[in-house]
Amino acid sequence: MAIEATGITKHFGDFRALDDVSVNVPDGSLTALLGPSGSGKSTLLRVIAGLEEPDSGVVRFGGREVTHVSAQDRGVGFVFQHYAAFKHMTVRDNIAFGLKIRKQAKDKVKARVDELLDLVHLTGWADRYPAQLSGGQRQRMALARALAVEPEVLLLDEPFGALDTRVREELRDWLRRLHDEMHVTTIFVTHDQQEAMEVAEQIVVVNDGRVEQAGPPAEVYERPATRFVMEFVGPVTRVGDRVVRPHDLDIRHEAEPGALQAMVQRVVYLGFEVRAELLPSDGPALSVQLTRAEADELELAEGDIVWVRAGRAPASA
Amino acid sequence: MKALRFTALGYLAALILVPVGVIFYRTFERGVDAAWHSVTTPEAQHAFWLTLLMVVIAVPLNTLFGVTTALLLERRRFRGKSVLNSLIDLPFAVSPVVVGLALILLYGRTGWFGDWFADHGIRIIFSVPGMVLATIFVCLPFVVREVQPVLREIGTEQEEAARTLGASPAQTFWRITLPAIRLGVGYGVVLSTARALGEFGAVAVVSGHISGVTETATLRVQDRFESFDPVGAYSASVVLALMGAAVLLTMNILERRRRKVA
Repeated sequence: MAIEATGITKHFGDFRALDDVSVNVPDGSLTALLGPSGSGKSTLLRVIAGLEEPDSGVVRFGGREVTHVSAQDRGVGFVFQHYAAFKHMTVRDNIAFGLKIRKQAKDKVKARVDELLDLVHLTGWADRYPAQLSGGQRQRMALARALAVEPEVLLLDEPFGALDTRVREELRDWLRRLHDEMHVTTIFVTHDQQEAMEVAEQIVVVNDGRVEQAGPPAEVYERPATRFVMEFVGPVTRVGDRVVRPHDLDIRHEAEPGALQAMVQRVVYLGFEVRAELLPSDGPALSVQLTRAEADELELAEGDIVWVRAGRAPASA
Repeated sequence: MKALRFTALGYLAALILVPVGVIFYRTFERGVDAAWHSVTTPEAQHAFWLTLLMVVIAVPLNTLFGVTTALLLERRRFRGKSVLNSLIDLPFAVSPVVVGLALILLYGRTGWFGDWFADHGIRIIFSVPGMVLATIFVCLPFVVREVQPVLREIGTEQEEAARTLGASPAQTFWRITLPAIRLGVGYGVVLSTARALGEFGAVAVVSGHISGVTETATLRVQDRFESFDPVGAYSASVVLALMGAAVLLTMNILERRRRKVA
């Protein structure tokens, strides 16, 4: 089910959390709302879920307006950063909650819960309480609970934010695969640009209550629409008055028109990648990212005088 | 450490154990029969029954009010919230005697609402309704103040999760919020009960001390004592102490369960 949020504005007291935000999420897609903390991305997700009512603007699910439909009746699956596990219920009862509210037959509920327990690899944990589970397990339980009622929209608010790196990566892959199997329209909120790049098909960059750019990960990375996007979605370095990605710089030993003269201060070998730190004859220090092969060919040494200029992609000013 | 423990225990013994012990000793000094006889007279039985009636009316009402108010204060935004929040503590701050006097000023024969109630044949002061009002007033804050921090601690996420899963506000309250705050509610109920059992000042002012009619257990203890009937006073005290002990035992069990859950 496609999701359209149009012209959404939301204040909390004097604070403007969302300022005329519009987002389109195609049916069956996996979209990331990416932005720093306090950017309004979680508020936007909560508006879509019906957990917050916008001051103005319209939310549509599959063309049908749902702006004033309560969260109870909106039929979305929602996953919280801190799991929101029902602590007084077993894992099985947590997952069954939505089905029991819908007064489904007991044997049907049991069959569906068993299926979901299997899907999230918690079959052996059905009779445990959330306090007895690890963070990753709790979040898988929360996902199973959200998926139990077969929502057409799945919303995840920083779902991996509270987990350690290894578990986070595992769950990311797992979410990606799950989405490929189920094709439920999914939006997740994250402040981690790498996570957005790895998981999402579409990224919406949110900053200061506005949408800076929306598009596929490659486009957002390669052709950032604004200075903010450029700096937020990847590493940057300054060359004169331009801001570019460190791997978009070419280093030559010969002078070239338009190139900047600089002295090599340090060469750092980081496995496959090599980082050269340069000090231009005028302007601030900059760092250049090279492959091992490129670095070996250049035979850079500290103290060398080189010429550097922006290569491949056009960078924003 | 040892000295500190000794001091603390000695302090408790001197202030609590010894007085309570003396009461028990004095009660049974002239035999169990005398004590038994004294607490089973119709007047004594009526007094205990009246005390229980206060508890049975005031505690459920305050529980209902307490949970509702705690939910309002923690889950809603409205004008005058901070005023309401500070009003809750008023019964702690105001002396029970003052509460009793205030009730007389309102509902007494010459009080603001006195005439209206008198015209409708309802007697509030020097009668059970006034005593119930006084008890409700002095027990008011307990449930609210026990439930509020628990609500704050559990946060709103579980409730929001339930809503997105299709639960109505009522279903969310009964299935998610109430189970999560139940120990806080239980603790508040226990404290209210203990307070209602032991209330003296406010009830004394509005009751009129009519033996066998408006005399609660605490009032009876005073009445027996002043009538030179020490066995009557002590034995009634022992029954009150046992009721209180039962309540404290319940509180202990709740406390242990709370620790286990957390």
